[in-house]
Amino acid sequence: MSEVLLKVIDLKKYFKTPKGMLRAVDGVSFTIEKGKTLGIVGESGCGKSTTGRSILRLTEPTSGQVIFDGKDILKLSKKEMVAMRKEMQIIFQDPFSSLDPKMTVSQLIKEPLVIHKIYTNNEDIEKRIRELMELVGLTPRLYDSYPHELDGGRRQRIGIARALAVNPKFIVCDEPVSALDVSIQAQILNLLKELQEKLDLTYIFVTHDLSVVYYFADDIAVMYLGKLVEKAPAEELFANPKHPYTQALLSAIPSVDIRKKKERIILKGEITSPINLPDYCRFANRCSYCQQDCKNGDPKLVEISPNHFVACFHPLGKEGIL
Amino acid sequence: MKIFERKNIIVQQPEIFEGEYVLDVEDLKIRYETDDAVVYAVNGIDLKLKRKQTLGLVGETGAGKTSTVLALLKLIPTPPGVVEAKKILVNGKDVMTLSDKELQHIRGNEIAMVFQDPMTSLDPVYTVGEQIAESYMIHDKLSKKEALEEAKKMLEIVGIPAERSTDFPYQFSGGMKQRVVIAIALACRPNILIADEPTTALDVTIQSQVLDLMKKLNEQYQTSTIMITHDLGIVAETCDEVAVMYAGQIVEKGTLEDVFENTKHPYTEGLFNSLPNMNDRNSKLNPIKGLIPDPTIVFAGCPFAERCRYAKEKCFKQKPTVKHLSESHQVKCLRYDEVDFKIERALK
Repeated sequence: MSEVLLKVIDLKKYFKTPKGMLRAVDGVSFTIEKGKTLGIVGESGCGKSTTGRSILRLTEPTSGQVIFDGKDILKLSKKEMVAMRKEMQIIFQDPFSSLDPKMTVSQLIKEPLVIHKIYTNNEDIEKRIRELMELVGLTPRLYDSYPHELDGGRRQRIGIARALAVNPKFIVCDEPVSALDVSIQAQILNLLKELQEKLDLTYIFVTHDLSVVYYFADDIAVMYLGKLVEKAPAEELFANPKHPYTQALLSAIPSVDIRKKKERIILKGEITSPINLPDYCRFANRCSYCQQDCKNGDPKLVEISPNHFVACFHPLGKEGIL
Repeated sequence: MKIFERKNIIVQQPEIFEGEYVLDVEDLKIRYETDDAVVYAVNGIDLKLKRKQTLGLVGETGAGKTSTVLALLKLIPTPPGVVEAKKILVNGKDVMTLSDKELQHIRGNEIAMVFQDPMTSLDPVYTVGEQIAESYMIHDKLSKKEALEEAKKMLEIVGIPAERSTDFPYQFSGGMKQRVVIAIALACRPNILIADEPTTALDVTIQSQVLDLMKKLNEQYQTSTIMITHDLGIVAETCDEVAVMYAGQIVEKGTLEDVFENTKHPYTEGLFNSLPNMNDRNSKLNPIKGLIPDPTIVFAGCPFAERCRYAKEKCFKQKPTVKHLSESHQVKCLRYDEVDFKIERALK
């Protein structure tokens, strides 16, 4: 059993809105072992990005515990948290809006080094910038370029270099390849995987793309309206989905295999608003397996086979898509 | 064909085109002449679309997919755009020679478009009913009241309750807005539908709802479709034929089986190998090296040569021409028939 790096217990993030309380993240718990990747998947508005951000306290969670390397980081002061951020970093989705257009590539990579006062003299800083550029595959020629001169893939490499600058142990990758073309997407995924092996990084990989998360993550957590509905090792989840929502999500992935014609499960309706949620199973209204008792209570996440957790009163027994 | 009858008005479908190809484009070239440089967006493509068929136009950002279809509707802004072609026939009529009035008749009536982003392609200050009704008022010359009634029927067809026709776009979710856009496109029963990344902005479960709806409506209305997408999975599930575009050219074209099972162009191979393998999650991704070329460059040889792992010296010097492998399958590669040239594609 390897070492647990991050333990999240009953994490909640509520937003007050004029229409009522928006429960973006509503009691999420999981653990990640060192050097592993947890993929969080779900559709827009399910709370996957908010979960990632709450763990880093980029948005302050409403309640819960985030235990990183043995410390509950939600109890840290602002100053202690700044120091903690050296260990925990984030890569954002949109490499077009997450970089300051007035800064050059080298200035962008330098920024975290200066904030965290990692080096005292300029030579060391420059050496480190060049080292990071090489690490993420940016040619030295781009040292003084501006982001607008670069394509999406290269901009995302800058984002990765910025995150790696402070030698973190843990990185939240928030849809890091969603804005990129397929060939560039594969380049960035390969880079992130290489870096993980080289630097022994632990990732949370937030995405809506199930084929990417299948390739990238060791464990996958499926979120629906602020709750984890299923969590299992990647292969197990794809081979043996237990939650009707997971099954529908998997069946909706368009497959490039033209010989394998599969049955698509078309879900009724759309994701409902996370405001004024029902006090029973949140998926019940869209679920084709919904039964009478599904509206009697809120299902808890339970371990139904080793490492396979599901929150459903009537877990499926059927085969998955593999 | 009589479509529907109301009072004494009988609305006729615009005369049905009987030719084999509803779209027939030959040697289409589009360039944008800006102050800084000339951008060569489309560099000589031939495109034919059979009746009731769905053609997938695949490629990455900047491949020229959207420019190509905008030219079919003569919607390329000129200047800076310059469109040249031997012919662009839509239902047998050459759009290059039509007057603005004739073009207006074709757009919406014979050929309609669904754009990528439903959030920006609807007008925020009109109700969705009014936006659908507009087509009926312009093309079928209905009164506003009649048009609004028709709009309600169309909403029902795309799966939205008729009573929501008085709602504004902001009151709908992304998937519902895309349904409204589809309703507008199909309102006047065009026989050609162009869908430009219709589901890219949508979640995966909503994507399957919308694709399912489009498929159903295509059958019901017997529409021919061009589906622009970068997602090979969507092509596999919706298209009969595929054209792969790179740097403003069609590098490979054929039936779904030709291109997916008997891949012949190194770029098509690269697209497939960039995707995660769903049968073996431990296999490494094999992305195409490098980046798409600057569209202001005119290549002496094959535009893909610098990224191609099979490229030989001649590929940089000589322009590839279209080679026919079979009646349906064609490829634009200098090395496709050499003995030591073999495409390596992991089966996904």
